[in-house]
Amino acid sequence: MSAVLRIEQLSVRLPAGADRVHAIDKVSLEVPAGELLCLVGESGSGKSILASTVMGLLPGNIRANSGRVLLSGESLLDLAPERLRRLRGERMSMIFQEPMTALNPVMTCGAQIDELLVQHTRMSATERKARALQMLEHVRLPDPQRIHAAYPHQLSGGQRQRIMIAMALILKPALLIADEPTTALDVTTQAEILRLIRELQREEGTAVLFITHDFGVVAEIADRVGVLRLGELVESGPAAEILSHPAHPYTRMLLAAVPSLTARKAPLPETADRVLRTRGLSKVFRGGGWFRRAHLVRAADAVDIEVQRGETLGIVGESGSGKSTVARMLARLIEPSAGEIELDGQTTAGLRGSQARAFRRKIQIVFQDPYRSLNPRRTVGAAVAEGPLNFGATVSEAWKRAGELMDLVKLSPGALKRYPHEFSGGQRQRICIARALAVDPEVLIADEAVSALDVSVQAQILELLEDIQQRLHLTLVFITHDLRVAAQICNRIVVMQNGRVVEQGPVAQVFHRPRHEYTQTLLAAAPGRGFVFGNR
Amino acid sequence: MDTPVATLEAQPAPPRELWGKLRRNTAVVIGGCLLALLAVGSLLAPWLSTIDPTLIDPVNRDLLPGASAEVMTFTGETIRHTYWMGSDSYGRDIHSRVLYGGRVSLIVGVTVAALSLFFGLITGLIAGYVRWLDGVVMRVMDGLMAIPGILLAIALVALWRASLLTVIVAITIPEIPRVVRLVRALVLSIREEPYVEAAISVGTSTPKLLYRHILPNTLAPLIVQGTYICAFAILVEAILSFLGVGLPTDVPTWGNIMAEGRLQFQQYPHNVLFPGLFLAVTVLAVNMLGDGLRDTLDPRFNKRGERAL
Repeated sequence: MSAVLRIEQLSVRLPAGADRVHAIDKVSLEVPAGELLCLVGESGSGKSILASTVMGLLPGNIRANSGRVLLSGESLLDLAPERLRRLRGERMSMIFQEPMTALNPVMTCGAQIDELLVQHTRMSATERKARALQMLEHVRLPDPQRIHAAYPHQLSGGQRQRIMIAMALILKPALLIADEPTTALDVTTQAEILRLIRELQREEGTAVLFITHDFGVVAEIADRVGVLRLGELVESGPAAEILSHPAHPYTRMLLAAVPSLTARKAPLPETADRVLRTRGLSKVFRGGGWFRRAHLVRAADAVDIEVQRGETLGIVGESGSGKSTVARMLARLIEPSAGEIELDGQTTAGLRGSQARAFRRKIQIVFQDPYRSLNPRRTVGAAVAEGPLNFGATVSEAWKRAGELMDLVKLSPGALKRYPHEFSGGQRQRICIARALAVDPEVLIADEAVSALDVSVQAQILELLEDIQQRLHLTLVFITHDLRVAAQICNRIVVMQNGRVVEQGPVAQVFHRPRHEYTQTLLAAAPGRGFVFGNR
Repeated sequence: MDTPVATLEAQPAPPRELWGKLRRNTAVVIGGCLLALLAVGSLLAPWLSTIDPTLIDPVNRDLLPGASAEVMTFTGETIRHTYWMGSDSYGRDIHSRVLYGGRVSLIVGVTVAALSLFFGLITGLIAGYVRWLDGVVMRVMDGLMAIPGILLAIALVALWRASLLTVIVAITIPEIPRVVRLVRALVLSIREEPYVEAAISVGTSTPKLLYRHILPNTLAPLIVQGTYICAFAILVEAILSFLGVGLPTDVPTWGNIMAEGRLQFQQYPHNVLFPGLFLAVTVLAVNMLGDGLRDTLDPRFNKRGERAL
């Protein structure tokens, strides 16, 4: 048999009191040499537990209770710890989502690679250095000498992930496990890392178990696909087949929930009135302190945007592009350094006190992280009713309003009396939307509001936002790094890079006939762009 | 329906669950019970077979623990009294002195903890939230922290006179900056939480924001810090009395009793032993309570201090 990794009827039991009995339930799969198997699933599907089981890295209270895991024929589950330690690194290795936490911050990258070689080989110091440099070059890092002597914080996220890959592959393992290795990276970096993994895998004939939640990534690199749902492998097979003819309804649902990259909406007619407009909006952050030299960061640089009443404007860009800074200036959470914001033809520059508060009420914001957006010590009702109470409603009015809003975001009114930790991520995001709507805003800013959610939940929240927008004739400013989401929901798109607007226009024009070089790069990097996912 | 999302972040439990959790925590139960016992003991001191702790009786000097003798009280009657912990070189009953001394220790511990938390909380909230004041406030705090507590106590005693208030003020002042630092650090991280920004954007005024959103989320670590301050204050009060810069020597405090007994420690170790034992048990109980509270209130850390999933 040529299967490098073979998993037979594996079950992994969760400790008592967990939301289900088995994290992994009778899963069988195999990864032959030179093949890349993508394991797809939403959060809680058990995909990371599976990876940890193979690597022998399960936490003490979780145990595999039946089935077998074979690495090149050797059973891994009942192996002595010393043998397992030898195998890790030499025969199998793993890369993680967050390369910064996986690297030791107080050791140079070179020293960390060296440590690995000392443990597993009998090379001399000069041989080890030569091998490390060779490997750094192999993962296409520029100037290997410099990188070898650098500390992790001196490198970019993409470079750190390359270091991780170099460390994972330097001993030429037969199996590489990649657990969401590109999720924390920007799309353009992600595209490079995916290409690198694919190339190295082809060169070395490594078997790869690639764990991801992103079907775009699957379409980009998978040979075969396995779909996990609550610990069960519901479907597996060749990538092309699963992606175009999914047999299981769950797979079909997941694929249908992946937004397509094709623009869906036309811009509003020119005659629609302008609700929001910025002129030369800039934000400069000052670093340094009393005794240090100040340094300036231009987070947003002369941003001019216009938003029509009732439209959805998307602001897209990579991390550090300034899109969130613009969102926070619009919501008046931070003061602009220069420029002005005009709402309903009224400038907001120099507003103080009650006028500023009245303005703030009209622009509301929903944040990315559903777990941190609600005060854990206050009930949902207190959170939603807070806005109306601040603007003079009586307690009974405010709670009545909160009840109506629960209805609008499709939660039961009973939710008002409960605490945030009793709700899932998607439900919390609904609560956050209700809280924002409680003060009757004209503009709702969604700052990466669906980025932390699973695709199926994401689709529901997007649907909810569109529904609310139509019912309340709301204007949406949608900040996202995800071009697929932007294509689905926006009428017009603003593309930002390094604090500047590089391109803006109707979504069809920006996505299908991009003019600026950066927009073209961004679109080319979108994973699975050549693949048409479920047309909603 | 949404699929349930695994929450990695520990969430504080609602009040009723919290009480149950506290009761299941052995450290909290033992520490709490010991403290309750001490508090009851010192409060009910007059009824626990004690005589006036300041009663000097030259006849009954240096009695061993358990001895009993005739003693004439301040009111003139003669009663038979058992010296459970012996008597000191002035013939005062150590059992009575230790129980009454517990009052001073507990009062000092609780008052210092309450005062330093109160002032520290207010200053810390201001320093953490009003950024332009931060630099000034924190440098003042650094200055306060540089004052050694015992030297300050000596200075204050010289300035005013030895009294409970002097002792409390002397211990509280150097303690405040530690609380300020803690609160400021907490506020700095909580104010960046999206739920605080969300509250700002629905028009919540700054005082309400501090009171409703920031303050409640600093309380758990503050309560824990409070217990450590309490234990420390009890110790420092004893040290100050022992050195003779605390309460006047005729007031029964554990430090005073030990200072008194120090001279004859070789012959009569019970003079130092009993107050020392009470001091050690009290501090241990407060610290146990603090550790237990930390484990329960901050569920991210389990007993071994590991980060739980």
